[in-house]
Order: sequence, then C-alpha cells, then structure tokens
Amino acid sequence: MKITNKRIVIIGAGPAGLAAAIALYERGERDIVMLEREAAPGGILRQCIHDGFGLTRFGESLSGPEYAERFIEKAKQLNIEIITNATVIELNEDKTVTAATPNGLLVFKAQAVILSMGCRERTRGALAIPGRRPAGVYTAGVAQAYINLKNTMVGKEAVILGSGDIGMIMARRLTLEGAKVKGVYEIQSYPSGLPRNVEQCLNDYGIPLYLSHTVTKINGEKRLESIVVSEVDDKMRPIEGTEQEITCDTLILSVGLIPENELTRMAGAEIDPLTSGAVVDERLQTSVPGVFAAGNVLHVHDLVDFVSLEAEGLADAVIESLNGTLENAEIPVTGDGVIQLIPQRITGKKDVTFALRPRRPGRNGMLKVMQGEQVLAKKKLPKALPAEMEQITVKADKFVSSEPVKVVLSFE
Amino acid sequence: MVCNCDVLVVGAGVVGCAVARELARYKLNVAVAEKNNDLFGGTSARNSGVLHAGFNNTPGTLMAKLCVEGNAGFDKVAEELDIPLKRTGKIVVGFDEEDRKRLIALKEQGEKNGVPGLSMIDHDEVKKLAPCVEGEFALFSASTAILDPFQYVLALAENAVKNGVEFFFSHPVTAIEKLSGEEANWSVTFGEDTMRCRWIVNAAGLFADKISDMLGKTGYTIYPCRGEYFILDKRLGDMLPLPAYPVPNIRTGGLGIHLTPTSDGNVLIGPSTEYIDDRGDYSATRKTMDMLVEDGSRIFPHIRREHYIRNFSGIRPKLTGPDKGGYNDFVIEPLENAVNLVGIESPGLTASVPIARMVVNMIGEKEKLVENPDFDPIRRRFATFHDKDTQTRAEMIEKDPNYGEIICRCETITKAEILNAIRGPLGAKTVTGVKYRCRSTMGRCQGGYCQTRITEMLMSELGLTREEVLYAQEGSNMFTGRVIDDEDNQ
Amino acid sequence: MNRTYTCIICPIGCEITAETEGCEIKAISGNRCEKGKNYVWQELTCPMRNIATSVKVKNGVMPLASVRLTAPIPREKIAEAVAEIHKCSVTAPVQIGQVVISKLLGYDADVIITRSVDIKEE
Repeated sequence: MKITNKRIVIIGAGPAGLAAAIALYERGERDIVMLEREAAPGGILRQCIHDGFGLTRFGESLSGPEYAERFIEKAKQLNIEIITNATVIELNEDKTVTAATPNGLLVFKAQAVILSMGCRERTRGALAIPGRRPAGVYTAGVAQAYINLKNTMVGKEAVILGSGDIGMIMARRLTLEGAKVKGVYEIQSYPSGLPRNVEQCLNDYGIPLYLSHTVTKINGEKRLESIVVSEVDDKMRPIEGTEQEITCDTLILSVGLIPENELTRMAGAEIDPLTSGAVVDERLQTSVPGVFAAGNVLHVHDLVDFVSLEAEGLADAVIESLNGTLENAEIPVTGDGVIQLIPQRITGKKDVTFALRPRRPGRNGMLKVMQGEQVLAKKKLPKALPAEMEQITVKADKFVSSEPVKVVLSFE
Repeated sequence: MVCNCDVLVVGAGVVGCAVARELARYKLNVAVAEKNNDLFGGTSARNSGVLHAGFNNTPGTLMAKLCVEGNAGFDKVAEELDIPLKRTGKIVVGFDEEDRKRLIALKEQGEKNGVPGLSMIDHDEVKKLAPCVEGEFALFSASTAILDPFQYVLALAENAVKNGVEFFFSHPVTAIEKLSGEEANWSVTFGEDTMRCRWIVNAAGLFADKISDMLGKTGYTIYPCRGEYFILDKRLGDMLPLPAYPVPNIRTGGLGIHLTPTSDGNVLIGPSTEYIDDRGDYSATRKTMDMLVEDGSRIFPHIRREHYIRNFSGIRPKLTGPDKGGYNDFVIEPLENAVNLVGIESPGLTASVPIARMVVNMIGEKEKLVENPDFDPIRRRFATFHDKDTQTRAEMIEKDPNYGEIICRCETITKAEILNAIRGPLGAKTVTGVKYRCRSTMGRCQGGYCQTRITEMLMSELGLTREEVLYAQEGSNMFTGRVIDDEDNQ
Repeated sequence: MNRTYTCIICPIGCEITAETEGCEIKAISGNRCEKGKNYVWQELTCPMRNIATSVKVKNGVMPLASVRLTAPIPREKIAEAVAEIHKCSVTAPVQIGQVVISKLLGYDADVIITRSVDIKEE
C-alpha cells in the first residue's frame, strides 16, 4: 500500500474544515489535504438554502450555499487540496488516515489531523417512538436534502416533532412548497431552536407550536396515516388521557443533533458524554496528541459563524503541535447548570474562552468561572436559553493554581 | 395464467425457501408464491437470529428432533450458502435455587434430545465467558450459534433461483381449487392470476391456518403472538460475546427477554410475548419497550438510551392460544397432493432444512423423485467491503471503483454492494429490500446519510419515478412527486 | 398597546417589549441595538421578510438551484412571490449571485441564485 506523508489531514470539508484549512494556509502551512465524502465541499450548508448565515462574520444575511462558497472560493484560490468523494474509513492513534475513493484507497500518514466531520440527526429509533413503521417518517435534514437537493417532495400534510432550528425551517419550507404543516410538537416546555425561527418560520405562517407535547404513536401500515400526540408532565412522561390523533402523511423529526465521532473513537480519543464529542483542551486538541477537533463534531453549535471562528482558532495550536511546542493541558474543567461545555481541560497558561449551553432556560442568570473558592470571571446572562450558546473568557493571569476549574450557571 | 408447475410452495419465508431449495435437488418445476412484494416480509426476518441447540423443546417432539438435526447440519448449510454463522455458544443464567433446579432440568431435557455440549457453569465461568453479564450460575450450551437471518433467507432463495425455482412476489393466495381428472391437481388463484400445480406445500407461516383451510384441512388456528425487540448500538457488541438468556417461563411460550449479539455486532434485547388479534400488527408499544429495557438490564446492566438504534417486532405463528400458552409441536403432515406445515414458530429457523427434507420425503413417498444432476448447492455472497483488510479493500476498489464509494457510512456499505442488492437475483425493489440484503441504513444514523442516495439508485436502476419509490411494502410510497415540476428536464 | 416582539434581524433574537399607539412607538425595551427599534416599527407598518426557494435548472448537474431575495418584501406577498419564482427556470451553468428575476413583483428586491450549478456532462 502506498502511504503518503502529510503534515495536516483535515477530515470533512464543511464549514469547520474549510475555515481550519484556510487559517492554516495563511499561517504558512502548505502540506494540507482535505478529505470530503460528498461530491463537493460545503458540508450540510449545501442544503441549507434559507438565509441568515454570515451576519456575524460578513455582516450580511447569506444562504448556506453562499456562506460555504466564500470559503470554498478562498480555498481554491489558495490551491488547498480537497479530495472529494473520499470517505475516511479508518483513523488510527498514530494518525494514519485511510479513505475510500472511487479512484482507489488513499492512505495518509499525518503529523496532525483535524476532525471536522460535523454531526448527524437523532432518529426515530433513538427516541423509541411507539407504533408502526410506515413510510413518511423523515428526519428534518433528510427531508431538507430531498426537497432542496433532489427536487423531491416528501409529503402533503406534515407534523413536525421537535422544535429544533432545522425542524422549524422545514416547517416553513414545506409550507412555501405547498404542503400543509399542521403543527410543531415539542416535548420540552420551551422551544429548542432559536426564538427568531419561532417567529419567522412558525408564527409568520400560522403554524402552531405546542410545547410539552410529544408523539406517542405512529399509525399506518404502508404510508403514515396519523400520529397520536400527548401532553407530557414535568418529567417529560406522556400524560394518559391527553392523547389526540392527528391525520397526516408525513412526520418530520427535529429532535437533536449528535456529533459524528466514529472516527474519533477509532483513534482512541476520549469522548465527553455531555457533548458526545471529543474531550479537548482550550487549544482544541483531543486526548490523542496531534488530533484536533472543531465545529459540530466537537459540540453542536447554534450558528455557523461560530463554527468558522472556532475552527480558525485551532490553527496556531496545530502549528505548535507540529513544532513540538504545544503545552499539555492538565487542569480538568467541569460544569454546573450547563450542558456542552468546551474545553474540558485547560493548561491554565493561556486565555480561555469557555463555550457552553445553559441546561435550562432562565432569566437573570449569573455565569461564573471558579477555581476553588476563587471567582476567575463572571458574566450576567439576562436571558439564557439552551438553544443559544454562551461564552465567557478568562485571562491567563487569572488562573491561580492547578486546581480543577468549574463553570457555574445559576439563576436568581 | 402465471404458469403451471409441479410444486407450488406458498410462502417465501425461511421454511418456504428451504423447501424450494431442497425440491430443486430433483427434476421438478418449483414455484414459490409470496404475498409480500419481497422476501423478509414476515417472521423469518424478525427474530433473534439464533441457531438453537434444542434443549428448550419437549423430548420426542418434532421441534426437539428437527432443531437438534438443524443445528448439527448447519455448518454445511452455512458453508454452501456463504452466510455468516458464529458458534458463540449461549448461556442461560440463573440467580436462585429455583432457577438452578430449572436449569438442571433443562440440561437433562437437552441431553434427552441429543443436544451436545451442555454444562452447568458457576459464577466465575459466567464472568469469564461474558464479563458484562450478570448471573450466579448458568447453563452453557456450546452448540448454540448466531446467524444473520436476512442473509440466510436470501441465500436459500437465491440458491433456489439458481437451480430453477421461480418466485412470484405480490401473489397472495385467494383461493385453491381441487381439480379432478386432469394433469394438475390444484388450481390456485392469486387475485387476477391463477396457476395450476400437482403439489402444494403450505409454508405460509402466520397464515398457514388459512391456507390449510383452503387445502381442505380445517381446524387449525394460528394465534399471532408478538415479540418486540430493541436493537442496540454496536458499541455494546464487544460487551456481549454470546447470547445470554434468563431461565425461561414455560407458561408464556417464549424464551424470556434475552440479550443476543447479532452476527454484525449489534445487541438485541427481546422478545416480549404478547398475544394480539391482528397478524400484521408489527407495532412497538411504550409499555413493552420499557419492560424490555428493565428486564434486559437484569442480566445485562449496560443498556443506556443513547444505545437505542431501532426497535421492531416479530410475530410468532403459534398453535397454542393465550389461555393455554406454551408450545404446540410443529405440524408437518402429508395431505392429498399437498404438505401442510402449520405452527412453525421457534425453532423454525434452526429446523428449516430438516423440515424441508421431511417435505421432500413426504412427496417422495407418493411419487418417484428423480435427482437433478445439475443441482448446485453453492451460493456465494457478493463480497462485502467493511470486513476486509486495507490491502484487500484497495484491490476491490481497483477492480470495481464502486467499492470506493461509501454509501452507508455507519456500516461502511459501498455503492458496489447496493447496486448488487438491486441487480442481484431476486434484486431489491425497495429501500428496506436494499437494507435487508446489504445492511445499508441499519446503522446508528438509520439512513440519515445514505437514504437519499439509495432512493436515487433505486430510481435509476429500476427506472422508477419519484412517486413509485417504495419504502417497504406495496403502498408505502415515499414521495409525493417533485417540488418544482421539471418534467422537460428528465 | 403593549406587545412583545422577537427581533429576527440577527441571531441574537432580542425579546423586545414595546408600547405602541398606531404606528408610533411610545416606549421600547429589550432591544440591544437600534435595528430592534426599526424592526418593531416595520412590524407595525408593514412586516418584511426574505424567502428562499428553488428554481429549476435545465441541463444542470443538479435539478434545482436555490434562490433568495436581495432584500425583504412584504410578508403578505410571500405566497405570490414563490409562485412567481416557480414559474421561471434557468439553464446551466448558473452562478451564485446571478439575477433570475429583477424587481420581483415590482419591489426593490431581486431574486438571485445562491447555488452555482454546472452543466451536466453527457
């Protein structure tokens, strides 16, 4: 087998991979290859045709493909090698990367690997929704791919389970293309997507959002005929007697995203059960030296602009790692009142920006970074939502010891 | 008129396919009529995938005899048909003295049935065999194996086709008429079509009582008894090297909620035991799903929500009703110009080949069967990519670039394998047809990545329009059409 | 009248409370910037929205190209706008930014391609 030596191999040419590649190139790295399983770079943005991308970064409201195109164009200008139709099937701890392509199997021996594989959707099976198994049950992203990429309509009368952003965006999309969306049902007592999407995707089109509701049965032997929805109690258990049958031919699931970390596990990197992504330090290095992660493969983001920013942020660390000057992170970080806390380990010698999502919605929150009894940084959160990521930065000189660090979110 | 044949097998489940293949060893025109639009529509594709040893069955019954025979002969079958079979062994774990008594009784029953390799093992040995399984002691059965039920049914059917058997899908039998004074003994109606044949083999599984009635043998009632399962992530696969069962509750007519590794490395929990009215109701229910996890956790306390991949249910064609419970023996009986197979529930998968041989013998007693010199028992599975080493993978891609296109990322299934599933003998016509043949969509993303690609391949390979693409059975249409009419473009 | 608005201008999605009389804002709170105030005023007078949909592509590697508007149009005109956009088609190759319809329904908003589609090689 021919093995190609590479300084940097980037797995996935979506927004995270592209931003990382460009940032590395701009810092002088030339021996980079990106491996992309699809026929074209851009990742999931290729099917996200709605606008609202890039407001933070470009000050414009772009569609997903346009946002991606800016990075793809840049990567092309810089002549960064992107191999498409290349699915990485193996990643070893020694940073050997094997990819299958129609032109042959490619094996790279990398000095640094960047994981930017994105995420996948939670499915009906993972939720264990009772009932039959008819056609017409789609995850929101699959429905989006059929409608936006394949010119294929998935149904005429839909119900959406879950108020994730893609679910709400698909509610609008289906409506615009002539389907009837009967409602969005959310098991939590608050929407799981962004408030602006509740406004412009549901309210604008008169699509009702039912909180504290879930689908408790799927009916139909062949094609979906109806679903049963029930109210849930505060422990999210269906309340008997609240069942309501709704006829529909399509059920769209928007019930969460899961970082796609099969390769990360294969490489032996430690996984955080909270994020379902790799455990990383503030430089985004995983527990396997020389293997870094950024974007939705690390933790599911709310906005692509932050994915790009995060991925660019690892470039310096990758170069330090290649030069053998990257410091080890030994100080563990834990969270309280938060989900998805990044990083999970720090050196205590650099500025650190912690990224997190609140565990539950609340007002007048106080976000604190503590080391022992010492408060290293604090920030008021007038309105906190699990749908929105929050950040808090601690300056390097604030870290006083090598004691564990705790990020705490509390409400008045 | 579809055709005339010597033997018509009703039902393309594992027994029907095994019967067809055994009959193909002789100079006979054999046809199989199946009411569904593909294989895998019934019980044969919805079970634990276990090759049983035969210690659960009452001595002297056909179930006991044919199960032991089927198990003993299966290595040869698996080799001929190129299907994965792992002789993992199995443990039935117990916790108290009551359990111990029943396990010893099971062991004695098994020995009476001629089951080899049964032994009582203590806690340490249980932990050595399966470190993650709980149990104070266990009955260990060395001959129990796991197999891929989809591949087995497919292989039997493909090999039957190779040897001249014809399959007619979407052919539900609506009437059977006895003929007299003619060459054919039967006229069988399938809605609009009819077929004439000399012999009928009733391998209709859940509907065997109905076919039996049509053959003139009345009095059987099939009691559908549903069993639900959970499929768990492959990450748990390494923690369960062999099937682990609790001590069975004889009364319920099932083997208890057990944990089974699949031949592809997932873990199954199930099945439940619930008598239902509708023979086609493959529903999953909240109550049972909760019970499965609770019960399964007793012997395998490692099940977490994040491990759920999917759930499904199968339906046992039982001859014993809810008020009686337990098991009735297989009914395998010659009728005039027909063989009746009724109540073929577990261990029907294990016993399928011996059952098929009995059918052949019953026909052979009535007419001289002439061996087919061209019969070829060998079937080769289309080469899979996921289980090969790097060098072999490279060679495979070089020979066929379609091996270099990974369609199903979770299970590492390539375009070559999916094209083969569609183009192969008895090729897939639906998304689930592709799934059962090559595992695409069976992984943890459940088709999130590959389903759009599979539907596209089905359309281009089979010349289907969007509206014609089926998820599974007839009527399970996936799409309502185009988003924007671009007919001039197609 | 008192009402709460969710500003959709940027991803922050400020929850704005406004006291209004007709189209006049008497008091406003919760908006982190001036855009929020403009948004509320716009909602009072004539809510404006952008939309995304697709147009068919002849002879392209993809059957569709996505499109959006360069500026928002009145919300009540969205259905009409989508119907208008669906009437037209483009021929590959098409480039991002290419104008498909200028001045959609007479508004100062163009329909532009947001996804480049190459010619299908025969």
